[in-house]
Amino acid sequence: MNQDLILLSHGAGGQLMSELIDAMFVSGFDNPILRAREDSGVIELAGERLALTTDSFVVTPVVFPGGDIGKLAACGTINDLAAVGAQPAALAASFILEEGLEQSLLRCCVQSLRAAAEEAGVWVVTGDTKVVPKGSADKLFITTSGIGLVPHNLTISASAARPGDAVLINGGIGEHGMAVLCAREGIDLQLDIGSDCAPLNGLVRALIDAGCDIHCLRDPTRGGVAAALNEIAQQSRVCIELREESLPVAPAVRTACELLGLEPLQVANEGKMLVILPEEQVEAALAAMRAAPYGAGAAVIGRVVQGPPGRVQLKMTVGPTRIVDRPVGEPMPRIC
Amino acid sequence: MKYVDEFRDPRVVRDLVEAIGRVPAPRVRLMEVCGTHTMSIARYGLRELICERADLISGPGCPVCVTPQGEIDWFLEAARLPGVVAATFGDMMRVPGSYSSLEQERARGADVRVVYSPADAVELARKNPDRQVIFFGIGFETTAPAVAMSVLEAQRAGAANYSVLCAHKLIPPALRALVEAPDLAVQGFILPGHVSAIIGSRPYEFLAREHGVPCVIAGFEPVDVLQAVHMLLLQVAEGRSAVEIAYGRAVSPDGNPKARAIVSEVFDVADARWRGLGEIPASGLAFNAAHAAFDARRRFEVTPPPAVEPRGCRCGEVLRGLIAPEQCGLFAQRCTPRAPVGPCMVSSEGACAARYRYGSPGGRA
Repeated sequence: MNQDLILLSHGAGGQLMSELIDAMFVSGFDNPILRAREDSGVIELAGERLALTTDSFVVTPVVFPGGDIGKLAACGTINDLAAVGAQPAALAASFILEEGLEQSLLRCCVQSLRAAAEEAGVWVVTGDTKVVPKGSADKLFITTSGIGLVPHNLTISASAARPGDAVLINGGIGEHGMAVLCAREGIDLQLDIGSDCAPLNGLVRALIDAGCDIHCLRDPTRGGVAAALNEIAQQSRVCIELREESLPVAPAVRTACELLGLEPLQVANEGKMLVILPEEQVEAALAAMRAAPYGAGAAVIGRVVQGPPGRVQLKMTVGPTRIVDRPVGEPMPRIC
Repeated sequence: MKYVDEFRDPRVVRDLVEAIGRVPAPRVRLMEVCGTHTMSIARYGLRELICERADLISGPGCPVCVTPQGEIDWFLEAARLPGVVAATFGDMMRVPGSYSSLEQERARGADVRVVYSPADAVELARKNPDRQVIFFGIGFETTAPAVAMSVLEAQRAGAANYSVLCAHKLIPPALRALVEAPDLAVQGFILPGHVSAIIGSRPYEFLAREHGVPCVIAGFEPVDVLQAVHMLLLQVAEGRSAVEIAYGRAVSPDGNPKARAIVSEVFDVADARWRGLGEIPASGLAFNAAHAAFDARRRFEVTPPPAVEPRGCRCGEVLRGLIAPEQCGLFAQRCTPRAPVGPCMVSSEGACAARYRYGSPGGRA
């Protein structure tokens, strides 16, 4: 086997991707801020704590039920800022356009990027444009970067989960991934699944304003809740136990996952935030989230428990407990 | 969700586990021969629920796992040919051949497409008339009808650029090979629900009649599997052996004659090689003379390098139920879903992958 080639699985948010990031980028750019492996790098600048993040978007199809690549590009970066507790201050957006792309499609995506940014209260203040020959890109790729300020009293980190904490999420899981998968593969399951793509800075602001002592935040994108919680369990050296009956999964998502042999826990989200905070603050946090935008479906899905560090497990409705692993690579439907 | 929730009902599960505990039978070893059962048992932790009464082991029921290295190598080699589109179920993408995998070949520039059904592969052939679309036909009696159907559809549509690498296998002959081997020690079979929906229950009767092994055809939800275990234990307690159906909502004794007719319109029964079990007489399918034009092996001159079985890999013994995955020295050490050595680790339905992925907390560090 040639282990040197980059495979699609290296970009799927699973084990292969985190190994590549560690071996290639974290060690290649070696520095303490990157080593913290947060969704945004937090730097000290002129007495302030500045969060900086960047994200590239290459989704196929470009337009999908519930959004398009423009909305995704805004929300992804806003949510990465929100995941360290930062309120976004400004965005940058770079466009790589394939020769032959319709300007009308590009305009739609620009408009939705702007609409999502405005909803989050920010402008796109700079950008870049490149056009590449037909076949060198798939319609359009967008890279967005964002900066924001982190309040001084906050130390939200993926390494801050502690036994006794509760794990919350703001609604149904797996919606973005299943919406895109069904649209991409032309699978018509007669199910109404739309992407959950949404900016979550308001939701995080509500939690901070409610005085919650947030330990960790993470938006469970590629690799889903399973990958995000495995990262937290590893970085915090704790065991996280989810309860199957508490997992919010829309019936349509559940049906689609059953049919395709996929695990909702491993399917991508773009408008969800995992929130980990002390058990005694659960009521306050749920109330704050439910009153905030995109928080109506907030629920407690598990707890940080005494157990093998780095493990995520699921207490099943039928009784036993099982391991929740990260996906290895791309989600592949099973045949029989 | 209808047909799902009632079969995962925790109260029904608890009642069944209690009922299993009350059957006056010794502890038994039961084998399932279906990848979906393997997954379901691991996913819901069923082994743990009934471990005092039964040891559940996995047989050769995962289509990816029983596909021999040589057939995978052939398809990899064909995928490299100029002008070829290699179409496959997603399960095969990461399966290591002797030297490469489809995922690797795609990264090197081969045109490899994941399809959800063989009909999609025929559609690819129609849309790309100047290219040759080869579909990797793996799977048991369950997938064979859809593949046969795709051949008939290609014939009807004049898609002469469609062909199939037929690697289909048949379950009853493999079970015969298992029970006739001197080293198998199981007291009952949990038989595959999907396969049986096609072939019915009769082809298994020799197991009960000639070999005295209790058999129950089961569905895939926790309640289905536990009900099958209960029925098997009752047979053992009563000293009976029969082929019973615990999956009446999908399986009848006669199965689905229409689906079988489509299969025999296109394929003949042929000897086949199974990974771990070797050559088994009349245990596979091959194109019949009337449809030989769609046989990828006849259409393409492909000679893969000699197959290399991975060293130290004990998938063959796992597939025959002789050892549990964790008894293999490579398990979770050199062989993980991230870097699989053997096929039982790479297929999500493989016994090793299921054991690794879902473990039972405490089982895997």
